[in-house]
Amino acid sequence: MTKWRKPDEVPFLRLEGVVKRFGDFAAVDGVSLDIYRKELFCLLGGSGCGKTTLLRMLAGFEQPTAGRIYLDGADITEAPPYERPINMMFQSYALFPHMSVESNVAFGLKQDGVARVEIRRRVAEALELVQLGPLAKRRPHQLSGGQRQRVALARCLVKRPKLLLLDEPLAALDKKLREHTQFELMNIQEEVGITFIVVTHDQEEAMSLSTRIAVMDRGQIAQVGTPTEIYEYPKSRFTANFIGSINFFDGKVARSEEGELTVTVPDLGRDLHVRSTRQLAIGSDVSVAVRPEKIVISRDPLDLPNSVRGKVRDLGYLGSVSVYRVELENGALIKVSAANTRHSAEREVDWDDEVYLGWRATSAVVLTE
Amino acid sequence: MSGAASEEPSGSGRRRAFWLSGRGLVSSIPYLWLLLFFLLPFAIVLKISLAEPIIAQPPFTPLFGPDGSLQATIDNFLFLLEDSLYIVAYLNSLKIAGISTLLCLLIGYPMAYGIARSPRAIRNILLLLVILPFWTSFLLRVYAWMGILRNNGLINNLLMWLGVIDQPIQMMNSDFAIYIGITYSYLPFMILPLYAALERLSPDLVEAAEDLGCRPWKAFLTITLPLSVPGIIAGSLLVFIPAVGEFVIPSLLGGPDSLMIGRVLWDEFFGNRDWPVASAVAIALLLVLVIPIMLFQRMNLRREGA
Amino acid sequence: MRRRNWFLFSALCFGFAFLYGPILSLIVYSFNESRLVTVWSGFSTRWYGELFRDPQIIDAALLSLRIAAVNATFAVALGTLAGLAVARFGRFRGRTLFTGMIAAPLVMPEVITGLSLLLLFVTLEAAVGWPSGRGVTTITIAHITFSMAYVAVIVQSRLSTMDASVEEAALDLGARPWKVFLVITLPIIAPALVAGWLLAFTLSLDDLVIASFVSGPGASTLPMVVFSKVRLGVSPDVNALATIIVGVVTLAVIVSGWLMIRSERRRERDVQAALADRS
Ligand SMILES: Nc1ncnc2c1ncn2[C@@H]1O[C@H](COP(=O)(O)OP(=O)(O)OP(=O)(O)O)[C@@H](O)[C@H]1O
Ligand SMILES: [Mg+2]
Repeated sequence: MTKWRKPDEVPFLRLEGVVKRFGDFAAVDGVSLDIYRKELFCLLGGSGCGKTTLLRMLAGFEQPTAGRIYLDGADITEAPPYERPINMMFQSYALFPHMSVESNVAFGLKQDGVARVEIRRRVAEALELVQLGPLAKRRPHQLSGGQRQRVALARCLVKRPKLLLLDEPLAALDKKLREHTQFELMNIQEEVGITFIVVTHDQEEAMSLSTRIAVMDRGQIAQVGTPTEIYEYPKSRFTANFIGSINFFDGKVARSEEGELTVTVPDLGRDLHVRSTRQLAIGSDVSVAVRPEKIVISRDPLDLPNSVRGKVRDLGYLGSVSVYRVELENGALIKVSAANTRHSAEREVDWDDEVYLGWRATSAVVLTE
Repeated sequence: MSGAASEEPSGSGRRRAFWLSGRGLVSSIPYLWLLLFFLLPFAIVLKISLAEPIIAQPPFTPLFGPDGSLQATIDNFLFLLEDSLYIVAYLNSLKIAGISTLLCLLIGYPMAYGIARSPRAIRNILLLLVILPFWTSFLLRVYAWMGILRNNGLINNLLMWLGVIDQPIQMMNSDFAIYIGITYSYLPFMILPLYAALERLSPDLVEAAEDLGCRPWKAFLTITLPLSVPGIIAGSLLVFIPAVGEFVIPSLLGGPDSLMIGRVLWDEFFGNRDWPVASAVAIALLLVLVIPIMLFQRMNLRREGA
Repeated sequence: MRRRNWFLFSALCFGFAFLYGPILSLIVYSFNESRLVTVWSGFSTRWYGELFRDPQIIDAALLSLRIAAVNATFAVALGTLAGLAVARFGRFRGRTLFTGMIAAPLVMPEVITGLSLLLLFVTLEAAVGWPSGRGVTTITIAHITFSMAYVAVIVQSRLSTMDASVEEAALDLGARPWKVFLVITLPIIAPALVAGWLLAFTLSLDDLVIASFVSGPGASTLPMVVFSKVRLGVSPDVNALATIIVGVVTLAVIVSGWLMIRSERRRERDVQAALADRS
């Protein structure tokens, strides 16, 4: 896999085989990760897959059962939370209810024994950054949800940590506010240049925010990569399915030459061609995976390396796109999405139409599992 | 990186030594206090219940004689079995506490349910009204009943004035007065856990049952009542256990023949100055109560886990 | 539905009449002229005068208040530590015994607690010479022991409803554990501590049985004096005393309730204002 940015850059945060067991149950099960300076790294995964647990180990609230954590070359596995140059923004914000916004933000600096004048300046600066200057004297219960969240962010940023952890920072916001805040978050990250690790189970959020994504599954890392890599080249059915939707054709490798594989799928009537540099033995089991939007749908035969015939069974109109479910000759249901370039009344393909589906060899990936 | 934390041997996943460096200290202060002033005394009571009374200061024989031999005797416990007074007192205490608990439940349950179903705005006020008497003196509230139940007390005066009776009814110095006294004094302890259980219970559940064709009383019996069982048990234990050993109420409201074990213990101790027998009475009472107390503790742990 | 409401309503009326009738009768007859408590012979405040002229009662009341205040303070300190240990320290060795020793005093019959503590004090005195004799010190220790259990239960339930991530956030921002406790946890649970203090104070003020066991000559608390009076029959100055106690408690409850409602109202207004700001 391609390394993020410069190939010789040393990782800033390194996790080596980190395991966390609660009783017999492994919430985090052997995670090794390298994260680089100034990354905005997303941890993505379903509910209960161990994201929060991993974050809590980085912050120092949980001790790993096994494995080591290094930050900037130093082993911090056993350091207590108050001695780590890492700050966490809690899912519940965890603002101190009995302190004003200002005191909340100043709290961390006071613990470090920063001089009073300096504290005042930096608190004002941080509140300015999150546009909360006028509300400095308020108590947390006098703030709206979005304002509270920005206080929580300012409270972490003001300490200028080496690493900032955010646990579902946008979960409590409505869609509009959420998109707005995503951009704000990216801007702030660029401005302050701190490394961010963001937990989310919203894949769109992860795709639009991050430099790289780690997809987690049952306590393990399923795949790490840039949003494009994860989307275009998923390594497993799990990742492929988790991010966006995808169609699978299960078959056997028939030929392998010049970076192109030919895969025979039973009952499909024709072989599929996939561009791939992988060396696979003839006859091995593989799945060919194609994203719905990479498939062209037409009533006329298509001049593409991969082309199959089917019948439209279901059609969903989603405004900008339409989603078709097409039943192939072998009985498989394939999902296709196409941009609605014409008015819906002039739609070309309709219910129960016999159609051709086609895609390029570069549009599909081959998965072995 | 950190001095204190990295000196610890690594490997144990559960260890979080840093979390509170003074953790051990924090828990050991109350722990030691309770060991010394709550648990140790029971051991001493047990020890003295095995001694013989003598006329001395303190008025019992030491556990080990001058030659170091063990001088334990179970005579005191045998004595409790021989003299029917003690057995009768134990049984009577259980009976009185049981009936009073039932009375508390009968009065307390509808009240708790009524409070839990009342409008939110007045719920807290009603709850406060239940707790308020608890903050005033227990002794004085029992005393109030002396004025009400006496032969020339409030009730008798009222009934005679109305002409319902022409002889005062004897209510003071009877088991009846004790039932009233215990029910009255312990009612808040019954209502509070019942209220907590009933308040958690969503009215939707009952409405759902009625929607499915259940009659109101049936809905109450099949939905509300079973779901409030933890509250019933907690409240009943909170009333029953202390009521078994009650002293003030039987001695102020009860008659000479309404024997309760708390009063027997008191008289044994202060009247006869027989410390070993008083200790034996206490140990026997504790044995009677050990099962309900353990049940109470189990309920606490379960609630904590939930 | 309506039928049951009617039933519950009458149950509430009856219940509250049962709870408050006797207290009301105490108050009414405290203003009775006659010595025969239940025969009304005219309004008078003479029993209040007699109450305040009775040095025995005044001394006992002062002693009880002193013991109650010391007891409440110690009970809050120890009970807070105990509640903290149970709510925050996870599983530690001997936790089951610890929670048992906190729960048991809530239901333990007083005669058992009283007798066992007395025997402890006697044994300790014989063994190590402390506490020498019995009196205020032994009563206070006994009261602390059972009231700290109540405080521990209150603190523990408050802590378990408090969002623990607030404490973690403070640790994360660099505060040491003991500082987190002082600066974050304590202020947040302060209302529970006040409630615990008041409860411990009342429990101590109210206790007759345990104090009777562990007290010595010369240390008579208010309940002990009252008990020896009422044992001989009803006595109107006790009614006067009861009226004063009920009055003080009611006043305290009304004031604290008013304060609570006021802060609740202000809070609500603030929240409204904050929401309005958003637009
Ligand atoms: N203290 C704990 N004791 C026992 N099990 C725990 C504990 N904390 C977490 N777990 C378990 O570990 C697993 C991972 O939990 P975690 O909170 O890390 O999930 P998550 O990925 O953050 O999920 P979500 O997206 O729902 O927040 C869950 O199955 C959870 O039940
Ligand atoms: Mg989580």
